[in-house]
Amino acid sequence: MLRVIRGESTPAAGLPSKGAGSSVTIRNVSKSFRTKQNIVHALTSVDLDIRQGEFVSIIGPSGCGKSTLLMLIAGLDVVSSGTIEVDKRQIKGPNSDIGIVFQQDALLDWRNALSNVMLQCEIRKLNYASSHGRAEELLKMVGLEQFHSALPHELSGGMRQRVSICRALLHSPPLLVMDEPFGALDALTRDQLQVDLLRLWTDQKMTVVFITHSISEAVFLSDRIVVMSPRPGRIETIIDVELERPRRLAVRDTPQYARYVQRVTDIFKSLGVLKEDEA
Amino acid sequence: MSVDALGSGMGGSNKLRRNWSWRFEPPYAFIALVVLLLLWQFACSFMGVPAYLLPAPYDIGKDLVLHIGYFVPHILATSVVILLGFAASVAVGLPLSILLSYSPFFNKSLYPLIVGSQVVPKVAIAPVMLAWFGFGLTPKVAIVIAIAFFPVVINSVVGLRATPPQMIYLAHSMGATLWQIFWRFCLPQALPSVLAGMKMAAVLAVIGAVVAEFVGADAGLGYVILAASSNFDITRQFAAIVLLSALGMAFYWIIELIERRLIPWHVSQRTEA
Repeated sequence: MLRVIRGESTPAAGLPSKGAGSSVTIRNVSKSFRTKQNIVHALTSVDLDIRQGEFVSIIGPSGCGKSTLLMLIAGLDVVSSGTIEVDKRQIKGPNSDIGIVFQQDALLDWRNALSNVMLQCEIRKLNYASSHGRAEELLKMVGLEQFHSALPHELSGGMRQRVSICRALLHSPPLLVMDEPFGALDALTRDQLQVDLLRLWTDQKMTVVFITHSISEAVFLSDRIVVMSPRPGRIETIIDVELERPRRLAVRDTPQYARYVQRVTDIFKSLGVLKEDEA
Repeated sequence: MSVDALGSGMGGSNKLRRNWSWRFEPPYAFIALVVLLLLWQFACSFMGVPAYLLPAPYDIGKDLVLHIGYFVPHILATSVVILLGFAASVAVGLPLSILLSYSPFFNKSLYPLIVGSQVVPKVAIAPVMLAWFGFGLTPKVAIVIAIAFFPVVINSVVGLRATPPQMIYLAHSMGATLWQIFWRFCLPQALPSVLAGMKMAAVLAVIGAVVAEFVGADAGLGYVILAASSNFDITRQFAAIVLLSALGMAFYWIIELIERRLIPWHVSQRTEA
């Protein structure tokens, strides 16, 4: 059954922050779902400020409500209480001023790579010529310039996800939200896509909210890591990652990097998310 | 060969294999058909199977060729019933399936009835159609619809519901309107299912047309069979059956051809080894 998301869609305002990314203000947000037996509290009193142009990862165990939080920011679900503002505009319905990437690439099987990216232009009725140029440029940036006319089933998982990232960026959104985008990829492809994503982020000057359950991925990519605790989901700690940028893969061999990974791991241990046998 | 299959990557080698099989693979099904026909002919000519029970393929063919002028108007009459009935089935079934997939109310109230109505043997209601619509084209088309529209509805509903939720989320985040979501996301996604339903409907439409012509008609291949039966002309009956099968097959092929054009991207259309 098609789920129609109700509520007025959040109109695209005159983007005061163009070129610098969106700011996101989350105030005392709670979200609960009613199931047949009881009420599930997915998020309880979440407060978070995301600055313009920041790369923020949200990390937590399965079922901690991190995906829910992302859906709320995207306006694809409604808060039970509290408010979410993107660029000082309260989110009340689908926020079309974002780019969105899911774990499943959600490419349309009947369109080739370029045309999948151009879908964004067709739905938004953007200028065709300039969008086309930008689509080519984006595909080139992720190394897919040879694959414009390839259908999704002819592409590998990593290539498909790259196409879906390009699609999310075609309209130069000030905010990119990603829900475990690399979760289904093999380790090597994952590394490559992380590098690609950082390059795109630097180039496009946007805010990124990145959901993951990989600690090393979060440390490698982020300015800040929001660590969430299991149900009821709330923010446990926020960690500033002060590794130098631009980041190269080699940063993962440094002691500073290891310390950040250690810190997040310790938090999960103290939360009982990670358990070890006593030595 | 298995090593070959393992070593083959994407695109290119697939194409290679298709060419290979196209060039060297004998048409097994066709050969089997010819062998069966020869056996049949042999049984009739040399083993004393009486012609009033089973006419020889040669005699059937002869009847078809010699009396083609008699058959052509009947072929046309039946084709018209099949085509109109099929078109009407799609015209009724597709909008109905859209209604059922998008309206929870109709889904809850109508869908169980439509599924449940399939226990009614539709051949049995053919005389009722005649009583309602008289003679002519209308009752025949109505009977074809009754028989053929069900697979269109069921398959389309399944297809329209198959859109992954992420795709709908994505569409909303692009600010897509309901119409855009339907037209750009859901309908193409449902197309393989819709076409599968149409293929089933194409075959059922032929059955529906024959049933309709059995019940009341003065033309069409169903009528030819009835008339020949009352004359104990079993060769003519078989000739009509052959023509009906050919019609059904041709019709099915047309839909498959359309399918190949419309959904070349779909799993069902990719090269098989």
